[in-house]
Amino acid sequence: MRRSFAPWANPDAKPLIRFENVTKRFGESTAVDHLSLDIFEGEFFCLLGPSGCGKTTLMRMLAGFETPTEGTITLGDQNLAGVPPYRRPVNMMFQSYALFPHMSVEKNIAFGLKQDGMPKDQIADRVGEMLRLVQLEKLARRYPSQLSGGQRQRVALARALAKKPKVLLLDEPLGALDKKLREETQFELMDIQHDLHMTFVVVTHDQEEAMTMADRIAVMDHGRIVQVATPGEIYEQPKTRFIAEFVGDVNIIEGHVQGQENGLWRVKTSSAEVPLTIDDPDEVLHSGQPVAIAVRPEKMVIQRDPPGPGAINVLTGEVWDIGYLGDWTVYRVKLATGEILRVTRANASRFVESPIEWDEQVYVTFAPDAAVILAE
Amino acid sequence: MMERTLTRRLSAGLVPAVPYLWLGVLFLVPFLIVLKISLSDPAVAQPPYRPVFEWSDIAGFFSGLDFENFTLLVEDDLYFRATLSSVRIAAVSTLLLLLVGFPIAYGMARAPERYRTLLVAAIILPFWTSFLIRIYAWVAILKPEGLLTQALMAIGLISEPVDILNTETAVYIGIVYAYLPFMVLPLYATLEKMDDTLLEAALDLGSTPWRSFWTITVPLAMPGIIAGSLLCFIPAVGEFVIPDLLGGSETLMIGRQLWSEFFSNRDWPLASAVAILLLIVLVVPIVIYRDVEARRVETQR
Repeated sequence: MRRSFAPWANPDAKPLIRFENVTKRFGESTAVDHLSLDIFEGEFFCLLGPSGCGKTTLMRMLAGFETPTEGTITLGDQNLAGVPPYRRPVNMMFQSYALFPHMSVEKNIAFGLKQDGMPKDQIADRVGEMLRLVQLEKLARRYPSQLSGGQRQRVALARALAKKPKVLLLDEPLGALDKKLREETQFELMDIQHDLHMTFVVVTHDQEEAMTMADRIAVMDHGRIVQVATPGEIYEQPKTRFIAEFVGDVNIIEGHVQGQENGLWRVKTSSAEVPLTIDDPDEVLHSGQPVAIAVRPEKMVIQRDPPGPGAINVLTGEVWDIGYLGDWTVYRVKLATGEILRVTRANASRFVESPIEWDEQVYVTFAPDAAVILAE
Repeated sequence: MMERTLTRRLSAGLVPAVPYLWLGVLFLVPFLIVLKISLSDPAVAQPPYRPVFEWSDIAGFFSGLDFENFTLLVEDDLYFRATLSSVRIAAVSTLLLLLVGFPIAYGMARAPERYRTLLVAAIILPFWTSFLIRIYAWVAILKPEGLLTQALMAIGLISEPVDILNTETAVYIGIVYAYLPFMVLPLYATLEKMDDTLLEAALDLGSTPWRSFWTITVPLAMPGIIAGSLLCFIPAVGEFVIPDLLGGSETLMIGRQLWSEFFSNRDWPLASAVAILLLIVLVVPIVIYRDVEARRVETQR
């Protein structure tokens, strides 16, 4: 079911949320800069970026707490300009949760329903339903101060979901949870989103969180969207060096384009004697152009024995550091140029005969299609 | 070693004892003296009451005490009316103080952070001048040919001078003016701590700004509202200077009654009985407040 969900690939699909040329300035500084973005119904959409990139401002404009300086935001067929937050079919889960401290869990969840003038018995039903959804039935009468961080997070989620908004906005929803709880909650959020067929827009600075949960990710930097794509595309085909470095770990080797042979790019670098061969046919480059080659650590192979003659993309260096992570081992290899490469190897078997040690001379290789060329 | 633990235990016991000692010497002992005087009879003597405590005649001393003064307080409805009138004036004043003080405190809490210290200083500033002088200044403002009348006539709101001085209105003006800092500061303290995202959350959930104010801001400001109201209500009930200077002869307040019993009639025992009565009237709201507060703390922490 999930696999075939890709409305953004369908040119006839109508987006639910549409940012058109939206700019937001606070005095001198520009938080969001001429940004256009479409989000489709039923999407789990992540706004990813470092702090100060404008992702929170973008979300707050959607919620109605900030007004765009320029541009329009539409939701369905409604232009949201001038619509106050309390009239928008959008609910938000706040980063601090913003639970009302003077109300019990059930009163917190019922708050939004009461504003709509829903009859009392219906409110009670809906609150019960929400409590079951987040598994907090037993804590209905507790006050926020009597709950743990994880429980508060669930109350905040239930409260935001109670009104069945067209769009649920989540501001760093898992930021305050510890690692283990965060992982569990990620999958739970995905399940809830899937079961309720709701559109989720999540703001996060945690790329792992975005990768796990999102249908699509918009990577933001300095108020602009750098790339909007599925997690797989973002990781494997980053558009810029910023994305390659922000999402996951990456080795960057700088060089100049030498030319194209059989559809493969040849790039001259100071790191290897022979020009590197890269299979990235979509790039349009010209000879002499400075470029950066990006290779993920897990796509590099580390070995002690010299590769055979005719082997391509060989870098030599010595082991500078070894980090054993259980499932992976991370090698940091120092090249003759002083550059440090990060190479990971899955620990597929429990025992390795004569493992690679510190200060050993090693060869690092990678396949032409393991790398991506990023124009500088 | 032993000595050290001993001194430590001794000091650990002494530190909490200090406030009790303070209360005992400066509150309980004077209270007992006043209570004793209230049970005595007036006399033309020095001191002006009998019996006076003597070690030689303890039995005679106790037999000389009675509840005559309290009976008098109950029988003469002047004291009852004065108490009632004081409570009413104090209650109305407190309400007015809330109405005036809340917007001020709210505005201060919402002001940019760099101005807040300045605003708090501005609220406290009047204390630099003597209380008595400030109340006298109001006499000049409120008197028939005073500044207020002149100003109102200048802008054409009134054509004839109005006499506000020596009315209950003047007392309200005086109390609100004098007690405003005591209302604003506790309100400001609670409002300033309030998390703004709570209001955003309320708006986000469909509550209009006006409703959010009543469902979120006011309940969360309740500790400040109660503290400020008590800080104003309690001294206002026993207020003497303001009604004496600004109020008319018909402004009946228990503080004035107490003063006249003490100084005009020189009836110390009756004045003491009035003081005890006033204390009882004031202790009740404090006990209620403590009870409410304890329950709130228990559930919300």
